[in-house]
Amino acid sequence: MSEIAIKDIIKTENLVYKKTKLMTDKPLSYCPGCGHGTAHRLIMEVIEELGKENDTIGIAPVGCSVLAYEFMNVDMQEAAHGRAPALATAIKRLWPDKVVFTYQGDGDLAAIGTAETIHACNRGEKIVIIFINNGIYGMTGGQMAPTTLVGMKTSTSPYGRDVSLMGNPLKITELVAQLPGTYFVSRQAVHTPSAVRKAKKAIRKAFQNQLDDAPGINFVEVVSNCNSGWKMTPVDSNIWMEENMFPYYPLGDIKVDGEIIK
Amino acid sequence: MGELRLMKGNEALAEAIIRAGADGYFGYPITPQSEVIEYLTAEKPQERTGMVVLQAESEVASINMLYGGGATGKKVVTSSSSPGISLMQEGLSYIAGAEIPVLVVNVVRGGPGLGDIQPAQSDYFQSTKGGGHGDYRLIVLAPSSVQEMSDFVPVAFDLAFKYRNPVMILSDGAIGQMMEKVELFDTIPRLTDEEVKERYPWATNGKPKGGERRIITSLDLDPAKMEEHNRHLQEKYRKIEENEVRYEEFQCDDAEYILVAYGSSARIAQKAIQLLREKGVKVGLLRLITLWPFPYKRIEELAAKGVKGFLAVEMSAGQMVEDVQLAVNGKVKVAHFGRLGGIVHSPEEVVEALEQKIIGE
Repeated sequence: MSEIAIKDIIKTENLVYKKTKLMTDKPLSYCPGCGHGTAHRLIMEVIEELGKENDTIGIAPVGCSVLAYEFMNVDMQEAAHGRAPALATAIKRLWPDKVVFTYQGDGDLAAIGTAETIHACNRGEKIVIIFINNGIYGMTGGQMAPTTLVGMKTSTSPYGRDVSLMGNPLKITELVAQLPGTYFVSRQAVHTPSAVRKAKKAIRKAFQNQLDDAPGINFVEVVSNCNSGWKMTPVDSNIWMEENMFPYYPLGDIKVDGEIIK
Repeated sequence: MGELRLMKGNEALAEAIIRAGADGYFGYPITPQSEVIEYLTAEKPQERTGMVVLQAESEVASINMLYGGGATGKKVVTSSSSPGISLMQEGLSYIAGAEIPVLVVNVVRGGPGLGDIQPAQSDYFQSTKGGGHGDYRLIVLAPSSVQEMSDFVPVAFDLAFKYRNPVMILSDGAIGQMMEKVELFDTIPRLTDEEVKERYPWATNGKPKGGERRIITSLDLDPAKMEEHNRHLQEKYRKIEENEVRYEEFQCDDAEYILVAYGSSARIAQKAIQLLREKGVKVGLLRLITLWPFPYKRIEELAAKGVKGFLAVEMSAGQMVEDVQLAVNGKVKVAHFGRLGGIVHSPEEVVEALEQKIIGE
């Protein structure tokens, strides 16, 4: 295609996609191929579409997404490891009209912060929790996570996760779905365009529920890859995720409008 | 004159929290301060002033609720006792680093470990020297009466917001549990959401229309920026040391010996002074109101003007005494007296300690 033809194509009326203004221009610090960036974008798109840019407070975790506040262009707080649901609880109770969400990884939410997660869910705090599960501690260099699959090799399970020594991978999303305090619980992925569309629908539902003052937590897990931690190419890691993570962490809604559906 | 009531220290504190216009209390029960959350839940402050009260799942959660709530510009407070305060140290370090105004009350009990539930003053180091990781300070106020359990609450909130710094009220099991007459101050109205937004532009309560987003964090991966932030914190602490030292002197004008004490120990020391004066010993009391900032200058002045010796009276194995020694800097004698593990010393024991450790030698 000649240069002139490209110029003819780049026109406002031909625009089919634009970055949300609620993502900053700062280059993402995530590894190429990682799902975090897509998950960030979906949340920010939803907040923009709901018109809540000026009424949202987000909580970043400790882990790979510790710097989420650098990329999300809304008021943000950076919590200690695992404590985001406690921060969010107080914010929502003190500012009931605001939109409050946490963004947490598997080590943050399902290991060190398990108590904060379970009790925020059990109290039915009217917040959104976005839970990124890639089965590994990415930022600290690929150690075993509570969600690491049986037999999966990490730097602290170098011969594979051995259940007799290290316990089982924790399905915390199914666990919180059992609590009366959760209103919407869903598990999604962001590795294909179709998965992204479904994930965005679930995230939008979670935030809409909060705006509608639904009685309870809206909890969305995103099963994601960690190509660096898993020591694979991005493409291979996505195939590995489909073949190994999804059978153990099946995608889809688990609880809708306070009712467990699967 | 304000309303007079006969109250426990813990109840006076709880009532003062409501009257000081606090927006939220988040806490977890622990002896000897559980009356605070019991009083607050019974009093329904959500109906009186709109204040939120929540029993958290742990002290770890309650301090992080303070982080979240305080970072939105709201007036938030928790209370606990020694083991619970130890659990809060991680959160306090983050709160100090992120410069969030919060109020934490420690009704100290005997330690270490689970210790006992009797009054002690053995959390002085933890309260005044930081407590968690990193270079930081809490402003620490030490009430010595039920009246001060009430009076110090609005003072503590004012200091917290003035300096964007966590403030601790360091009480003890005796002050928390004893009943005394207290004159309550009139209720200070809570700030509206609009007032909070206007007064505290740093607070994260929703990005201003047409403005920049705010970030509350204690993280900066660039060590040069982290050093700069630390220098900023240290400058703030020097300002606090310059402006906020508070203490009270009893009969120090002609004193040859001075007892240095705070909280319950200061009351006991006052009685000891009476007994010593009856014996003809010229002794005074320097009662600390702020433990940090510490009145180094005043103690140095007293040492320079002819005081022959200082006795630090505290229910610990000797913690505050180290600051007295720093202030005196070897010029005159300094000794420590205190019972341990939840035993409250008697005035007679203090008299004996001064005679043996300071006057006698």
